[in-house]
Amino acid sequence: MSTLKSFLRHPTGMIGLFVLLAVVLLAVSAPWLFPDDPWEMVGAPFQPPFSEGLWLGSDMLGRDVAAGIAHGARISLIIGVISTLTSLVIGVTIGATAGYFGGKVDEVMMRITELFQTIPGFILAILLVATIGPKISNIIFAIGIVSWPPLARLTRAEFMRLRGREFVQAAVCQGQRPLTVVLRRILPNAISPIIVTGSLAVASAILIESALSFMGLGDPNLMSWGFMIGAARTVIRQAWWMSVFPGLAILLTVLAINLVGEGLNDTLNPRISRKR
Amino acid sequence: MNRREFAKLMGVSAVALSGIPLGVTRAVGQTKGGTLNTIIQPEPPILVTALNQQQPTLTLGGKIYESLLRYSPDLKPLPGLAQSWEVSQDGLTYTFKLFPGITFHDGKPLTADDVIFSMTKLLPETHARARGIYSRIEKADAPDPLTVVFKLKSTFAPFLTALDCTTGPIVPKHIYDGTEYRKNPANAQAIGSGPFKLKEWVKGSHVHLVRHEGYYRKDEPHLDEIIYRIIPDSASRAVALEQGKIQLTQWNDIEMFDVARLSKLPNFEMTTKGYEYFAPHQWLELNNRIKPMDDKRFRQAIAYALDLKSMAQRVYFGLPKVATGPVSSATRFYEKDVKRYDYSLDKAKALLDDMGLKPGAGGKRVTIKYLTPPYGEIYQRAAEFIRQSLGRVGIDLQIENTDVGGWAEKFSNWDYEMTGNLVYQFGDPALGVSRTYISSNIKKGILFSNTAGYSNPEVDRLFEEAATSTSEAKRQELYSQVQKILVEDVPVVWMFEQAYPTFIDKRLKNVTTTAIGVHESFSDVSFG
Repeated sequence: MSTLKSFLRHPTGMIGLFVLLAVVLLAVSAPWLFPDDPWEMVGAPFQPPFSEGLWLGSDMLGRDVAAGIAHGARISLIIGVISTLTSLVIGVTIGATAGYFGGKVDEVMMRITELFQTIPGFILAILLVATIGPKISNIIFAIGIVSWPPLARLTRAEFMRLRGREFVQAAVCQGQRPLTVVLRRILPNAISPIIVTGSLAVASAILIESALSFMGLGDPNLMSWGFMIGAARTVIRQAWWMSVFPGLAILLTVLAINLVGEGLNDTLNPRISRKR
Repeated sequence: MNRREFAKLMGVSAVALSGIPLGVTRAVGQTKGGTLNTIIQPEPPILVTALNQQQPTLTLGGKIYESLLRYSPDLKPLPGLAQSWEVSQDGLTYTFKLFPGITFHDGKPLTADDVIFSMTKLLPETHARARGIYSRIEKADAPDPLTVVFKLKSTFAPFLTALDCTTGPIVPKHIYDGTEYRKNPANAQAIGSGPFKLKEWVKGSHVHLVRHEGYYRKDEPHLDEIIYRIIPDSASRAVALEQGKIQLTQWNDIEMFDVARLSKLPNFEMTTKGYEYFAPHQWLELNNRIKPMDDKRFRQAIAYALDLKSMAQRVYFGLPKVATGPVSSATRFYEKDVKRYDYSLDKAKALLDDMGLKPGAGGKRVTIKYLTPPYGEIYQRAAEFIRQSLGRVGIDLQIENTDVGGWAEKFSNWDYEMTGNLVYQFGDPALGVSRTYISSNIKKGILFSNTAGYSNPEVDRLFEEAATSTSEAKRQELYSQVQKILVEDVPVVWMFEQAYPTFIDKRLKNVTTTAIGVHESFSDVSFG
């Protein structure tokens, strides 16, 4: 409860939370705000913003940019959250195993992690999506695969720190099974930095998805912000609004998630939050 | 054939060009004609058109290599290397009289022997399209050095339409005879008989052509030199045009979305003429082997459901013309009196209802996969447009993206449901149209064959008869008949006669005067 109170007093965190909630609200209400398919060509091509019925203008095929942004929010958020969950599952499992058992297990786990860390994440994501095909499930998988190593290292460090504490050793001495010790004793105490890093990973996942779509590796059947910018790139001299609005949407969302993440970091860190 | 397809698939034939003589540069006087600066992209691997038929090679090589004939925009033969020609009564013997005094760039004369060598020996080995046509020559004779007589195995009316410089370039026999053509060191110098010869080729920068002083046509060429600049980035090409650094663009040099803006430039004229020989025809390819596309009514429904006029505007910025059938209206034997599929969602829905394809959940009747041709953004936009259009009548299109190799592999092996295709017509239905519909051309693994798998014995018979008939009137009648049958059956859904913007500096004259436009020799092009 005190954490929540502390977060509510965190100004930038609250700003981020409000913006993020607005984006979530937009995503949830998209089917009611824009009942038409966002791919539907509803107006004349290249209509500037504030044209009749098109607040944010239309694209080269006459599709509503505003509808695209609203429906794109769903895709961006879904991809951001699910791919982060994927990377959390992979990262925390590997990090926890390595940190808890140490020794040989740790060696092997960390070498694998380093292998992934040495490959530039975005390049690997492009390679994966290009190989297994641009479908939403594959994109989520690819983003999950490239973003787990930092989480694994963080979890490992936390586990190594907590592994030697008395309450953990007491639990081990009582004969609790390793899985119980990990899940009930260590993880709850290590969760704060993981939550913070995870929330930032959502932002980077949204960015990776946008970049993939921009390069034409998005799911061609789903409207996303990156796709909108990618399609707008060639006509930027005729229709600035086609790239500016989805760009702003990405900027605001990523910024909001980062602010929330930072707010969480400050409130979950006892040293900082107690100063307030 | 699709131009980009050509460029990508046949790119393997690159020949290393080294040792281009870098002579001392002499300042060329501008008195007679001046310098034409233009663009070539992508950079061709070689300039010998007899050995490589990628579009950049053909554009550039057209200045270096000539052929027997040229063609007017309505595809009537004009003198090329041959000043006159005769066809015998039985349609089997073709006699060509060459212009006197034709020389190659190395100073040696071009004679009937070079023509016979090129068309009966070299080209059938190196040029797939030429092989199909010139292999019909039974016997070639040279009664004197300026006369060539070809005797065909059987009548083949399009023979006289297949002698342009992209199909039948004449190469020097004294250089190629008895050698391994593709490895001949002379390929680097590209010795032809055209009005321009290669002076210098700086890889990645430009190709410099200068006038061939021994050219046989009086006072031609008018220009002193042509510089083809290699500019890979489309935005840079548009800027070069805006700044007047180049005086001519061709094919896809200028992207469609830039055309409207650049058409307003005061010192340039934009034309879509000069592609009549190729007449690129664009259509929606439906795999006729797969349900429900095996049903004529379904294919007709798709034809009704596409608002092509709107698509031409929205996707192609108003450049192309809506196609009405298998033969392009730019070529010969076009029949306009065929069944029309004007945009009508009601007719489309009625046909689908009639087939028993009732709308299910969410109004969907059937789901079909669409393999987007991997040739850039405009194909993506087209796919999105088609998906929305078909969605309105309950045909749910799932777009699949792939790379060039993957597309060619899946498409040519019939492992597709629906895709887009762009095919050249080459001036005569027997050369560029029949291949898509005759059942003898259902060949697995080969692109631009009858990939849809359409088969109709009557269509086969009409195409065969029309190709071998020597009477123009008879041919027209047969082709009109076959067009009516095809348009009723809709084996593929024809969409557009594709158009390409050619920007020409207003001072330049005679650029697109023939059916091959920018591929022509430019011997009569001049400033003012």
